[in-house]
Amino acid sequence: MKTQKITLLSKALLLMVAALFAGSLFVPMWRIELEAPQYPEGLVLQLFANKIGGDVDIINGLNHYIGMSTLHTENFPEFKVLPVVFGLFALVSLLLIFINKRKGVKIFLFTYIGFILLAAADFYRWNYEYGHNLDPNAAIKVPGMAYQPPLLGYKQLLNFGAYSIPDTGGWLMTGAAVLLLFIVVKEYNLLKKKQ
Amino acid sequence: MKNKFVKAIFTIAMGSALLISCKPKNSGDAVSGDAAQKAYVAPGKYDEFYNFVSGGFSGQLSVYGLPSGRLFRVIPVFSVDPEKGYGYNEETKPMLNTSHGFVPWDDLHHTEMSQTNGEVDGRWVFGNANNTPRIARIDLKTFTTKEIIELPNSAGNHSSPFITENTEYVVAGTRFSVPADNSNGDVPINTYKKNFKGHLSFVKVGKEGQMDIAFQIQCPGVNFDLSHAGKGKSHGWFFFSCYNTEQANTLLEVNASQKDKDFIMAVNWKKAEEYIKAGKGKLTPTKYAHNVYNESTHTATSEIKTQVLILDSKELKDICYMIPCPKSPHGCDVDPTGEYIVGSGKLAALIPVFSFDKLQNAIKNKQFEGEYDGIPVVKYEAALHGEVQKPGLGPLHTEFDGKGNAYTTFFVSSEVVKWDIKSLKVLDRVPTYYSVGHLCIPGGDSKKPFGKYLIAYNKITKDRYLPTGPELAQSAQIFDISGDKMQLILDFPTIGEPHYAQAAPADLIRNNGQLKFYKLDDNKHPFVTKGEKETKVVRNGKRVDVYMTCIRSHFSPDNIEGIKMGDEVYFHITNLEQDWDVPHGFAIKGASTAELLIMPGETSTLKWSPDRVGMFPFYCTDFCSALHQEMQGYLRVSPAGSNVPLTYSLGTNLPAPDQK
Ligand SMILES: [Cu+2]
Repeated sequence: MKTQKITLLSKALLLMVAALFAGSLFVPMWRIELEAPQYPEGLVLQLFANKIGGDVDIINGLNHYIGMSTLHTENFPEFKVLPVVFGLFALVSLLLIFINKRKGVKIFLFTYIGFILLAAADFYRWNYEYGHNLDPNAAIKVPGMAYQPPLLGYKQLLNFGAYSIPDTGGWLMTGAAVLLLFIVVKEYNLLKKKQ
Repeated sequence: MKNKFVKAIFTIAMGSALLISCKPKNSGDAVSGDAAQKAYVAPGKYDEFYNFVSGGFSGQLSVYGLPSGRLFRVIPVFSVDPEKGYGYNEETKPMLNTSHGFVPWDDLHHTEMSQTNGEVDGRWVFGNANNTPRIARIDLKTFTTKEIIELPNSAGNHSSPFITENTEYVVAGTRFSVPADNSNGDVPINTYKKNFKGHLSFVKVGKEGQMDIAFQIQCPGVNFDLSHAGKGKSHGWFFFSCYNTEQANTLLEVNASQKDKDFIMAVNWKKAEEYIKAGKGKLTPTKYAHNVYNESTHTATSEIKTQVLILDSKELKDICYMIPCPKSPHGCDVDPTGEYIVGSGKLAALIPVFSFDKLQNAIKNKQFEGEYDGIPVVKYEAALHGEVQKPGLGPLHTEFDGKGNAYTTFFVSSEVVKWDIKSLKVLDRVPTYYSVGHLCIPGGDSKKPFGKYLIAYNKITKDRYLPTGPELAQSAQIFDISGDKMQLILDFPTIGEPHYAQAAPADLIRNNGQLKFYKLDDNKHPFVTKGEKETKVVRNGKRVDVYMTCIRSHFSPDNIEGIKMGDEVYFHITNLEQDWDVPHGFAIKGASTAELLIMPGETSTLKWSPDRVGMFPFYCTDFCSALHQEMQGYLRVSPAGSNVPLTYSLGTNLPAPDQK
């Protein structure tokens, strides 16, 4: 007796989800803020869907003391893939309105969650790589020290405090996830007590 | 005989009594309990004002914070400064060029900040070179000297660099009258009255600050001392104090103190502009230098100009008017409304205050008492607003708080006296330590003073600080003037002999586009090196150009061989950093010029002629990073005829043939 179609409200929400995905193409997704006594104004590294932004040159200059390799947008294949993925997500969200099946939304939600886990794993991998793969000829060597930034949250790296947190785009993506979850919950009546 | 002896004893006794009774109270009496709190700026907190203080005979400009009195910076203007390479590196040498050649020193007396609508605007500070007459413009985006213009027909550029209310003109009046540059100066000195002339220079200031002498006014041979521009209703006029109207040329301390009244000269510069338009100016041959520092090439150029436009005050009767002023006037200050002109006869026992409106009436109704060398002299009473009676001894300078009060310094009685501009009543007085000259209230000579602090610049500091030999610290004192009574809150030592100063709210300057570093992409220096890959050493005959870069913590290249005796080596060093507060230095053993101090993104050039064969280390002189001490390199100098090839490298050792 229950319809497999989705309500008008959910369609409107899907439109918003599409907008959120599209919007996150143009704003930074993630930021790593660095603080140190000699940088009272702070340094920031911003990850966009398609590039690295912020004080990259200054951070690269600092990295050479401890032998971390320098960061360059062109060294990350991710920046080629991510804009396409976000674009696709926006497109799929729109298509779901026309497909008009609640199952479609569910599958998309799980795909999206899978993508986030994958992205987090990839981010962790890069962080690990950069933090551990140090030039043996580096000027400053601290036994046992790695410079891996935290995946999320705060970590002290020698004299630098590093905060790794979502930036505008990250929050847009989080918003998209929440909306999708809400649609699924609503469409499957998951909150209603079973008779 | 006996009578004379008694008289002498009496005089000495009276004199001593006067001295004892005039002896200022000690600081314990003068400083009240909360003074320290009022001058205290906690660590990490910013000062409220920047104070730009002339360095007197040091030729430099120093920058202090108010109310803390902390010294932030010394800006070289007219004196070479090895600390910054100023006047030593190839880029800044042209800044100190004059018609007399390279003059590495001067006597910077007064500072004046640029104004818009009569209010300080935080763009530039101007400074005068008193000795070899020049005016400099210091840019507050970088706190460096950007332009210097020499003044022809002048000697002792003292009534300078005062400005009009929209920075239309910076003026300069000559202290020493001298024969004009295009006349024969080889004349008997005692023909002063006939051959000596005083020139006033009006230097036009462009939108970007660029200076150009628009015209000079030729005036009678007197000593022009100080000046200030009219403002508000008196905008369009300039006022200059004159002494030695006796036109003496010897023992001036006696011969120029004869008259009861000298003059304040009122100049209608708008009228002068009209005369120039009407073609009344004469282009006259002369020679003066105009030096400009280009911000994109980081290099100064010096141009010698050969003529100047002159208006004759004798011919053009309605540009200049003399106002009698008792006696040997020094300071000449205009209140924020532009109505009152305060003369300070340094030998007078009162302060005359003139009214601009009354002066205009007197001129209109021809209330003249005669002419002085062709210039109409207005009747004293006709221009006078009134006199401040018994203010103190030796009035010099006056500033204003914008609340209707004037503050005048007294050199002889060592005090600052506050008085009401309209009623001319003395309201308050405080002692200074000692012999105060100029004073400064932030914005105190503009239309909008920030009447919170007053800084007195003193000539003598006996017993105020730990002694440092015969020469003692120069000194300033800060007074809180926010209440009815002036309150001393801090003494602080200064560099050189502080003359005039200016101050402005710190935020006004900080938010005026202050530069953090030079963008490497915008660096148009002819010898810039924008990356380590572009570094090279090029020989052209005996000239060797080293295109070197520096970044934390190395120079590229750091090994240079093949330099020979007799070579002239130019190190063009580009600081590749693009980060705030990361300058690098550069110094070579035995270099007879100076070090370089290179800002991020900047290129500087050091010229070096090796004086002996051997190994010359070079290194960074500005502690830049944890590996600053490793920031070094070697230059090998070989004999003149040697066949050592020119090589340079970084990070790779060339094969060493003799070390197999
Ligand atoms: Cu260095």
